[in-house]
Amino acid sequence: MLLDSKCPTGPIETRWDRHRFNLKLVNPANKRKHTIIVVGTGLAGGSAAASLAELGYNVKCFCYQDSPRRAHSIAAQGGINAAKNYHNDGDSIYRLFYDTVKGGDFRARESNVYRLAQVSVNIIDQCVGQGVPFAREYSGYLDNRSFGGAQVSRTFYARGQTGQQLLLGAYQALERQIGLGTVEMHPRTEMLDVIVIDGKARGIVTRDLLTGKVESFFGDAVVLGTGGYGNAYYLSTNAKNCNATAIWRAHKRGALFANPCFTQIHPTCIPVSGDYQSKLTLMSESLRNDGRVWVPLKKGDARAASQIPENERDYFLERKYPSFGNLVPRDVASRNAKQVCDEGRGVGETKLAVYLDFRDAINRLGKNVIKERYGNLFDMYQRITGEDPYELPMRIFPAIHYTMGGLWVDYNLMSTIPGLYVTGEANFSDHGANRLGASALMQGLADGYFVLPNTINDYVASNKLDKVDASHPVAREAEAQVNGVTKRLLEAKGSRSVDSHHKELGKLMWEYCGMGRTAEGLKYALSQIPAMRERFWGDLRVLGNGEELNQSLERAGRVADFFELAELICIDALNRNESCGGHFREEYQTPEGEAARDDENYSYVAAWEFKGVGAAPALHKEPLTFEYVHPAQRSYK
Amino acid sequence: MRIVLHISRQRNGGAKPKLVRYEVPNVNHEMSFLEMLDVLNEDLIAKGEEPVAFDHDCREGICGMCGCMVNGLAHGPRPGTTLCQLHMRTFKDGDQLYLEPWRSAAFPVVKDLVVDRSALDRLIAAGGFISVATGEAPDGNAIPVPKEAAERSMDAAACIGCGACVAQCPNASASLFMGAKLAHLGLLPQGAPERDARVEAMVAQARAEGFGSCTNIGECEAVCPKEIKLDVIALMNRDFLHAQILGRGAVSENAG
Repeated sequence: MLLDSKCPTGPIETRWDRHRFNLKLVNPANKRKHTIIVVGTGLAGGSAAASLAELGYNVKCFCYQDSPRRAHSIAAQGGINAAKNYHNDGDSIYRLFYDTVKGGDFRARESNVYRLAQVSVNIIDQCVGQGVPFAREYSGYLDNRSFGGAQVSRTFYARGQTGQQLLLGAYQALERQIGLGTVEMHPRTEMLDVIVIDGKARGIVTRDLLTGKVESFFGDAVVLGTGGYGNAYYLSTNAKNCNATAIWRAHKRGALFANPCFTQIHPTCIPVSGDYQSKLTLMSESLRNDGRVWVPLKKGDARAASQIPENERDYFLERKYPSFGNLVPRDVASRNAKQVCDEGRGVGETKLAVYLDFRDAINRLGKNVIKERYGNLFDMYQRITGEDPYELPMRIFPAIHYTMGGLWVDYNLMSTIPGLYVTGEANFSDHGANRLGASALMQGLADGYFVLPNTINDYVASNKLDKVDASHPVAREAEAQVNGVTKRLLEAKGSRSVDSHHKELGKLMWEYCGMGRTAEGLKYALSQIPAMRERFWGDLRVLGNGEELNQSLERAGRVADFFELAELICIDALNRNESCGGHFREEYQTPEGEAARDDENYSYVAAWEFKGVGAAPALHKEPLTFEYVHPAQRSYK
Repeated sequence: MRIVLHISRQRNGGAKPKLVRYEVPNVNHEMSFLEMLDVLNEDLIAKGEEPVAFDHDCREGICGMCGCMVNGLAHGPRPGTTLCQLHMRTFKDGDQLYLEPWRSAAFPVVKDLVVDRSALDRLIAAGGFISVATGEAPDGNAIPVPKEAAERSMDAAACIGCGACVAQCPNASASLFMGAKLAHLGLLPQGAPERDARVEAMVAQARAEGFGSCTNIGECEAVCPKEIKLDVIALMNRDFLHAQILGRGAVSENAG
């Protein structure tokens, strides 16, 4: 398979403009004759659904939650980047582009990233227009803060609830269209398959989570904005119900899956407290603006933090990376935290944590300023741990947070199935091997508000599609398959719950395909997963039936997909014999312990083709070329 | 510690709810309330009994999906805290907890502790937005917003749409929810042009959904996990009156 990224060439500043000009348009009066299916209502799906409806398309929109307002974008805390340079500190579109390509450890497409930086400025305008209550200066103008991986202040924020406010903006735009009748909204409805007819995505098969009704919906194109796959690891910062089912089932229908091993481990999460742990909670990266990360110099130092004098503390990020200090990118911060814990210098009961200390910032700025900046995060920490972070340093540890990998898409955000578009975290395109903080919100909204509504017209205008309905044999086959899986899950009649299987998989993945990976460990994981998957199908207990709300049944279907996806993550990690970004192969590191890339052999996107469950997937490579940002070893020293 | 639960269980909206007693031994005080329910459910599955259905998703207090009455209090006893952020250290050994779903005519019960809150979405669809299509907005700094207004707007915008206010209100009024949205948008210059139309549309929709009126009891404020203040309801009533005096609306009664 030839992977054509359709990236424009020529001067990077004008690529998106020239590309847009060359795309076909659909006459405004004709748009209402076309239906677009949008799955997922987070920043990437909700913004796309609202914008497409505003343009005049008929939109059918789906989410598994009870309301489109609850998608997990809502939990993003810190902020959203934009190259506004409102603060005259040397920022520019080019610098945001440069920082993102470098931050992604040179594994992203330059054309995509430049476009992302360009439209970042429009996103802020749009969100302000919608009434997103961004933080303001006393002048009434927009405030900014700095974030990891950048030396300029370009992050716009709404307290520690930026994702919530941006999502409510998109949600309200979507609800406005629902009220106008241009969007048909289907909450509590899960997409379980893509209907591909004559090689084109023409619809989806869904299951109504309240009634169990399996149904097909059709349109001219399908958009998946269904988020990432971090929950393959069981414990992650994702919402409990986040899942990979939509993208995985699309993958099984022919969409290539790109760079699955690029998973992001966020350095500042609240550590695990026990076996019952159901999820991990992130503490925003913005905390690293004022918090200082440290561990005791001595191994096994059991003293309370306040009893450890200054000269016996190791502010390891400031020591190793004097110019970025506590604001090094996430992959670097996470790896260093793991390293000091491996050395036996971790803190807290489990010794799997480091301190994030606000003592100096509180002394310098006063408690009130810190409270104004991070009050809700401090409250959240206090609720979860029972400790007061104004008095005691926070304990933090890395956790799976975001997945840079996802379905392969071209510059138009179309997957390898014509008519199937993928936006936001669900695609792979913009962050390379590591995403910078405050860039996920930017990408989700860029895709949904400004990229997809421009590129999808070209497909709609260029393809004359026959009308199809549920009587089509392909739709009937897909529905039968979905019903078959439901039946199989209900009839397994084993002894173990879905969660017990999921936890087992998660532990294996975290151990062998987490922060540090080795060929040996990955081979071990690959030897275990098929047997685990068999145990899942053979010894699963799902009670209740398929004709009413059955949360165990929902989870079982999602976990079944994680058992397949996990294998692909490990295969990809084993294939990539280099360290880059979030993918750290212990065999490949510099003498100082930094990630050692192999540009000669691995400067490509690894796009995998599904060949059957348990069968080796086929690798297709999209070579990456860098005309503007010259690959170099990332240095934050 | 040992916790005794009495959970309102029903197969579906039509079925009669029944309080069922469960014991959860060995509850760790570090657990969240929902993790304690997870432990109960794992235990039920092992025994071959159907697990208790409850809504949840982010488990970090922001998505608004979780919530039930705990001993008559929406989201339980801790102020400013969603059910998922309530931790078991709040309780003591042997505590008896009665769990019931949100009860309101506008929130039909779906199963066990799960209710249908789509009425809240319809309130937003009726008018809870600023009508700006993608691409229309001017530069972000073209509209300065006084810091005070931005802060007050943000206080109201923190609403997570969980429905606790409705569940706790003796009148099942959605006034705190509506007031929060109206204050969020109405306090900003961007939201000013539609301020009258917005309040009228949302109030009319609330009536159609079967939400009750506000009689200033204040239980909503007491249980709101985001501590939205009653002021937003006063502001809504002021806006409603303003819209009425301007003579734009067809609705003539008091808003809340």
